[in-house]
Amino acid sequence: MKRHLLEAADLDRADATLVLDTAAQIDQALAGREVKKLPTLRGRTVVNLFYEDSTRTRISFELAAKRLSADVLNFSAKGSSVSKGESLKDTALTLEAMGSDAIVVRHSASGAPHRLANWVRGSVVNAGDGTHEHPTQALLDAYTIRHRLGRLEGVRVAVVGDVLHSRVARSNVRLLHTLGAEVTLVAPPTLLPVGVGSWPAEVSYDLDAVLPKADVVMMLRVQAERMNASYFPSAREYSRRYGLDARRVGALGDDAIVMHPGPMIRGMEIAAEVADSVRSTIVEQVGNGVSVRMAVLYLLLGGAPQ
Amino acid sequence: MSVLITGARPYGETAADILVEDGRIAAIGESLPVPGADVVDAAGLVALPGLVDLHTHLREPGREDAETVETGSRAAALGGYTAVHAMANTDPVADTAGVVEQVWRLGQQAGLVDVVPVGAVTVGLAGERLAELGAMADSAARVRVFSDDGHCVADPALMRRALEYVKALDGVVAQHAEEPRLTVGAQMHEGDRSARLGLTGWPAAAEEAIIARDVLLADHVGARLHVCHVSTAGSVEILRWAKSRGVQVTAEVTPHHLLLTDECAEGYDPVFKVNPPLRTDPDVQAVRVGLAEGVIDAVATDHAPHAVEDKETEWASARPGMLGLEQALSVVVATMVETGLLDWRGVADRMSARPAAIGRLDGHGRPLAPGEPANLLLLDPGARAVVDPAALASRSRNSPYAGRELPGRVVATYLRGVPTVLDGKAQR
Repeated sequence: MKRHLLEAADLDRADATLVLDTAAQIDQALAGREVKKLPTLRGRTVVNLFYEDSTRTRISFELAAKRLSADVLNFSAKGSSVSKGESLKDTALTLEAMGSDAIVVRHSASGAPHRLANWVRGSVVNAGDGTHEHPTQALLDAYTIRHRLGRLEGVRVAVVGDVLHSRVARSNVRLLHTLGAEVTLVAPPTLLPVGVGSWPAEVSYDLDAVLPKADVVMMLRVQAERMNASYFPSAREYSRRYGLDARRVGALGDDAIVMHPGPMIRGMEIAAEVADSVRSTIVEQVGNGVSVRMAVLYLLLGGAPQ
Repeated sequence: MSVLITGARPYGETAADILVEDGRIAAIGESLPVPGADVVDAAGLVALPGLVDLHTHLREPGREDAETVETGSRAAALGGYTAVHAMANTDPVADTAGVVEQVWRLGQQAGLVDVVPVGAVTVGLAGERLAELGAMADSAARVRVFSDDGHCVADPALMRRALEYVKALDGVVAQHAEEPRLTVGAQMHEGDRSARLGLTGWPAAAEEAIIARDVLLADHVGARLHVCHVSTAGSVEILRWAKSRGVQVTAEVTPHHLLLTDECAEGYDPVFKVNPPLRTDPDVQAVRVGLAEGVIDAVATDHAPHAVEDKETEWASARPGMLGLEQALSVVVATMVETGLLDWRGVADRMSARPAAIGRLDGHGRPLAPGEPANLLLLDPGARAVVDPAALASRSRNSPYAGRELPGRVVATYLRGVPTVLDGKAQR
């Protein structure tokens, strides 16, 4: 494992598999226990440095670190470092001086974790940077797929929605490719980046054509405000063409699953009955997130088993 | 006072002695006997006319923590320049006779290069109404180049009027070609890398669309147009077409667009954030060929000093721009001379004669010949050095060439016969 987890490309197939296997071991070790806590990172300090509101990701990392017995500091710095006054670098050096072993960072600027990694000696874990990546989300998604379907090699994953602005999509495309899955991106052309052709993924504009062949449908959040910038004409039209409703789910194979990184907009990209169906892994993903983040912190701070 | 420069190779050609007297080149020839003259041994050095920059940000008034007229002038002299055009996006903006005269006077006081102010096209660079272009032209600063650089004169009707109006001043509008609606929030060149890095793309079409529009406008009203920092292959194509039609358009390319690509954005170090952004390898090849052909007339630095706190940040928060004055000639040597695309006369044309002509400067861009003003530089073309930002004369440190080995060292620069640089060191 590298010292930092900044993007999915930091993980080769062996590393990524190690993270998933470690998460599975952690799940087994904690299953049925009343005290869900391991002593592994006792005395180590993990800082959650969040420049964006993200309650679910922050508490997931917080719980992961606490279950490993690490000391956890939550540093919430809303807004950009510039508008706040203190620079990202000064904040990093402050946290470094306090003896942090790992910094989990969420930032609205793409690449902020990369900058941070230049300034600190400890490990940096990217918890979502701008429209770049969110590698632990991709790891928990891969973990969930493997858990449900029993494999990742050759699994056909449709990633549907606002790929252009999605850090979840970027991390998933890279990681799922590393792990041998086949990704198809489905979106209106306006919500796909120029340059998407260089990604290790197929691209389609037609959700109905892709669904019958998909083992996994991963829905991305689509912000309704995007229609103000003419990415699509209206929320209704988006829903009609790219929303996952009960009719479309009928086209899926029997074992196919439906995923969403949350927070989801019911009625926009996903119908309520689909989100709540047995195919849906949405709640499971949240639980798996804690296990996968425990595995990441353990491997970065506790060291990989030799 | 007379100086005899011995053994230099004018334009890299046959070695000769150059006699400088009273600010002019008095004679060029073999073994000139001049009793009493200071002798400067220039054996092996290439002599070129003093360089002229059409595009420098000196930051004064307003951001003296990043650069001043004096520190920028020193950087320019060390780069072999004898004249620089100071861009108008200062604070206050150089949109009145008062501000351009202040900048001009500060340049005179520094005395290292001729600082030629550029006047803003529109009041406050706001793109809404014309600044008093005539007052700036008639001022002591004798402004001939007008630019809202940093901002595009995006309103087509306003651009048309500006092009027409400066005809009466023998002026030129230097356009920062960037369609603003296509570059909202843009961070880097739009392509494979921006898609992967998750940085908002700056499409080539946003530059090319404005250049295409403006050459049509310039043709229609019979005015001169200058295009700043051309960065894409498509822009070169449009300029080639416009010139073939006889449109009075000139263009410049920066050293960084001749050398660097968007690959530099990997790692998110904002020292490589610049506007227009670093493009792709085919774009770099195209602007080099364009410069060699003369479709692009000039190399201009877009020297853009920034304080540390404006660069040591997240990519999106950083100010765009990079230093250029001290390494421009070295980059041109690396990208144009060593590749065989330009000879030394070509370098003199693109870095001195043509930019001086575009800016309507008297006394700069003149050939190395008896009777001409003694604005010249001596270059050691064989020297190679690794760029150390801490050693730069600029007050800022945002050099994209840090740690990179580049060829060519400016040994001396003379401004009207007075050495501003000797032995690679600024003389004041």
